[in-house]
Amino acid sequence: MTAHNRRRFIKQAGAGMGLAAAASFVPTRFAIGQKAKIKLGLMLPYSGTYAALGHNITDAMKMRINEGGGKLGGREIEYVQLDDESAPPKGKDNASRLLVRDKCDILVGTVHSGVALAMAQVAKEENKFLVIPNAGAVDLTRKNCSAKLFRTSFSNWQPAFPCGDVALKDGHKTAVIMTWKYPAGFESAQGFKDSFTKGGGKIIKEILPDFPSVEFQAGLTEIAALKPDCVYVFFAGAGALKFMKDYDAAGLKARIQLYGPGFLTDGVYKQAGSAAEGIKTTLHYADDIDTPINKKFRAAFKDQTKRDADVYAVQGYDTGTFLLQGLAAVQGDVGADKALIKAWEGIKIDSPRGTFTLSKSHEPIQDIYLRQVYSGDEKLLGIAHKALADPGTGCTMA
Amino acid sequence: MPHHPRIALALLALGAVFLAVFPLWGDTFYIRFIARIMIFALFAMSLDLLVGYAGLVSLGHAAFFGLAVYVVAGLVNKAGVTSAFVLLPAALGAAAIAAAAIGWISIRTTGVYFIMITLALAQMVYYFFHDQKEWGGTDGMNIDSKPTVMLGDLKLFDFYDRVQFYYLALGCLVAAFVLLTVILRSPFGHTLVGIRANEGRMRALGYDVQRYKLIAFVIAGTLAGLAGFLEAARATFATPAHLGWHESGHVLMIVILGGMGTLFGPILGAFVMLLMEDYFATLTERWLLIMGVFVILVVMLLPDGIAGVLRRVGRLGRRGAGDG
Amino acid sequence: MSLSYFLIQTLNGVQYGFLLFLVASGLTLVFGIMGVINLAHGAFYMVGAYLAWWFAEQTGSFVLALLLSLPVTVLLGLATERFAIRYLYARDHLYQVLFTYGLILILNELQRLLFGNDVHGLPIPAPLAGSIPLTEAQSYPIYRIFLSFTCIAVAAALYLLIQRTRLGMVIRAGSTHREMVSALGFDIARLFMVVFGLGVALAAFAGMIAAPVNTVYPGMGDHILIISFVVVVIGGIGSIKGAFVGAMVVGIADTFGRVLLPTGAGVVVYAVMALVLLWRPQGLFGRTV
Repeated sequence: MTAHNRRRFIKQAGAGMGLAAAASFVPTRFAIGQKAKIKLGLMLPYSGTYAALGHNITDAMKMRINEGGGKLGGREIEYVQLDDESAPPKGKDNASRLLVRDKCDILVGTVHSGVALAMAQVAKEENKFLVIPNAGAVDLTRKNCSAKLFRTSFSNWQPAFPCGDVALKDGHKTAVIMTWKYPAGFESAQGFKDSFTKGGGKIIKEILPDFPSVEFQAGLTEIAALKPDCVYVFFAGAGALKFMKDYDAAGLKARIQLYGPGFLTDGVYKQAGSAAEGIKTTLHYADDIDTPINKKFRAAFKDQTKRDADVYAVQGYDTGTFLLQGLAAVQGDVGADKALIKAWEGIKIDSPRGTFTLSKSHEPIQDIYLRQVYSGDEKLLGIAHKALADPGTGCTMA
Repeated sequence: MPHHPRIALALLALGAVFLAVFPLWGDTFYIRFIARIMIFALFAMSLDLLVGYAGLVSLGHAAFFGLAVYVVAGLVNKAGVTSAFVLLPAALGAAAIAAAAIGWISIRTTGVYFIMITLALAQMVYYFFHDQKEWGGTDGMNIDSKPTVMLGDLKLFDFYDRVQFYYLALGCLVAAFVLLTVILRSPFGHTLVGIRANEGRMRALGYDVQRYKLIAFVIAGTLAGLAGFLEAARATFATPAHLGWHESGHVLMIVILGGMGTLFGPILGAFVMLLMEDYFATLTERWLLIMGVFVILVVMLLPDGIAGVLRRVGRLGRRGAGDG
Repeated sequence: MSLSYFLIQTLNGVQYGFLLFLVASGLTLVFGIMGVINLAHGAFYMVGAYLAWWFAEQTGSFVLALLLSLPVTVLLGLATERFAIRYLYARDHLYQVLFTYGLILILNELQRLLFGNDVHGLPIPAPLAGSIPLTEAQSYPIYRIFLSFTCIAVAAALYLLIQRTRLGMVIRAGSTHREMVSALGFDIARLFMVVFGLGVALAAFAGMIAAPVNTVYPGMGDHILIISFVVVVIGGIGSIKGAFVGAMVVGIADTFGRVLLPTGAGVVVYAVMALVLLWRPQGLFGRTV
């Protein structure tokens, strides 16, 4: 069987680092396990549409772990990296490859929500820890929440919820929602709807083009006919760029204020040029957060990767902190389930996005920022919602 | 009808023995992985009936596979049905009905038209599930439970047991191979191949050509549904990607790689293709580039696939024996 | 639904139809004349868009980018025919399908390798930027109207080329009577090379001129490929006229599907196709199969 001698990407980070720390600290609790490396399974997209996200998450996470001495709880790390291709049909096989065949202690991943849902089930079956550094499907920490599943990023509902309040505060009474007809879109729309209607606003219509179509004209004509006070949209990447340009070209931008989660503008607002001008978005991060840790992080990331840091890099960085702090608390003993869960549940992470803790459903309780594009740059306007937690509806732990 | 060259039969027998004993020492991950390959072999074999024997090049075959996956997902998650006695007939039935409908529209055309129409109709099924909010949309959904096989309180078969499931997949593969071989050796099979060779002549001889094609299409679709049922039970995950045209192209490639019109070719093709993908995917992030080049090389240099190579080797071997 | 709303939605549909026609015309041409099924048609559309974007970045001029990228794509098409497709004419369509399937994988990966994973926007050339007010709330981008006229011009040019010129006569004859045309001394091999080059150029050209309104992103050819297939199947394979009507049907059905049947919009176009096929299996303007 040729598959047995398959090559793997195993990179050892920090092999020669932190010797002093290890020498001064020898836990007696499990002296044997101390010698073995912690196997960290990284299942992220390194090819395809989300490749850039996968790389940013991985690089920032490793950067953070190396900053912390390159070890987890005194143990060296063996990274086992696997490209998940953002392919849900292969999700379970890939996850079980890392957990069953390669016997990884902890699984980290991924970007695509469908793949993450598959991973969550495999991790549960194998009774292993799963740390999600991006995928925002609300079900992951609601219906599917479990003791050994943690998310260091966001839920799709979370960045959207404060946006409704922002729109109300700006004096808008009616809104049209336009999003791709797919789960991330529905969940984001729900967040906006929850706060907007609670505050007395009215959603006139939801327009749902099919994913990933970028043909928006029919919807724009509907918006023009409905004349709402404001529009909330969820698109990302190519769709976001095209939508902003189409919205502007249809003459709607000047008349109807556009809102969205930060994914609308992140990474593409420069390409959109004047079409992005004035758009308000809410997200758990903003490039120009004025804190030492954010500045240091951005500079270091740029220095190491030659790329600009983004929200995904921040999530990767925080995943690194999450692993460092949790495993330090149990001296690297990943088998100490209860102690590790307890350590992680009580964790407090100083992040470039601000300090955050975890909710009962293992989801960040974090500040959501309001940003606006003006004069070609995305500027932080302030905090739209302080310490927001996902409701965790349906989670048995919440 | 299928002539299995001696060397292929020998290889097949050897392979069958290997597969039969593999779980005795194989690692659980690979037991699961080879089960997946066998499911794809079954899937590809069903397509070979259309492509290799009936001359119907379908680029929408994944629709039946994926539909069966979704039927299982729907019944388990939405209706709480887990009995395989319900799930299997439902999955096969849905695949058969879909194949009858899509086949009925498609077989009125031939050649390029047939390729494009099967593609477009399968995409319709794809978009149907793609847009269903309740079914997980683009994310897909976990299937809450594997099928159960109970006789009263007695558990007859355990889908959760990887080894048992492995042998089930192997059994289905062998059964499908035997079934298709029997079908193709029957008068029905001879007529099908006759239609492929000269449709006009068969029509002149009074055969209802369309009926034969449609029956072949339904048989193939149903077997693809069986593969889908097994995949649903194995992976317990349903996603629109299961029915997309990339999956259809992928399985077509497996048929050609192995050698169409041979039945055993798709089995070899599935093993070579899936093991290769697995290998390249862990080797480099640019593995799709390698796969693309590989596909093109096979098309240009090995139009008869691995089976064609074996046939040539076999012929050489026989000639050598005759000389001596 | 007010009349002006209905008219604007119709305009949206027609405009989308024009764009679809531009992509589908190359596909149907290659089918109809050469009998070759080209799955990589969408990938060539993507290649066109990326080249236009890249050259525009380098030169700062969209027109110059068009002039530079068009010959590149024509050469790409000619080379693909000369070194690969040519050997597949005698084989089953199956091999063309798979060859071009492999080509998609390669072109998609090469695109990522050369241009990365980022999404790009191309500014609309200055004279065509801006919008015309339609109602008090909505304007219509001038560039989209320009796109429509370009598509009409291409349609007319294709029609004249096929129906009125000597080359067109040979092309038409070559698709049905290959031996006779070559017996008359025409080089069929070269003729087919030219047709394939033209088909690729049409796909790439569609990608180029749509780039300013469409954005340029990895995998952008996939979606357009399938919808172009639908257009060609509805219109009848090989018929330019059919591609035009098919594109209009799809454009309008898609637009009104979104407005009137928002929950099932994704399926509307395919349902229309199935209905057409039930009525005429060879498509609206196809020759009988």
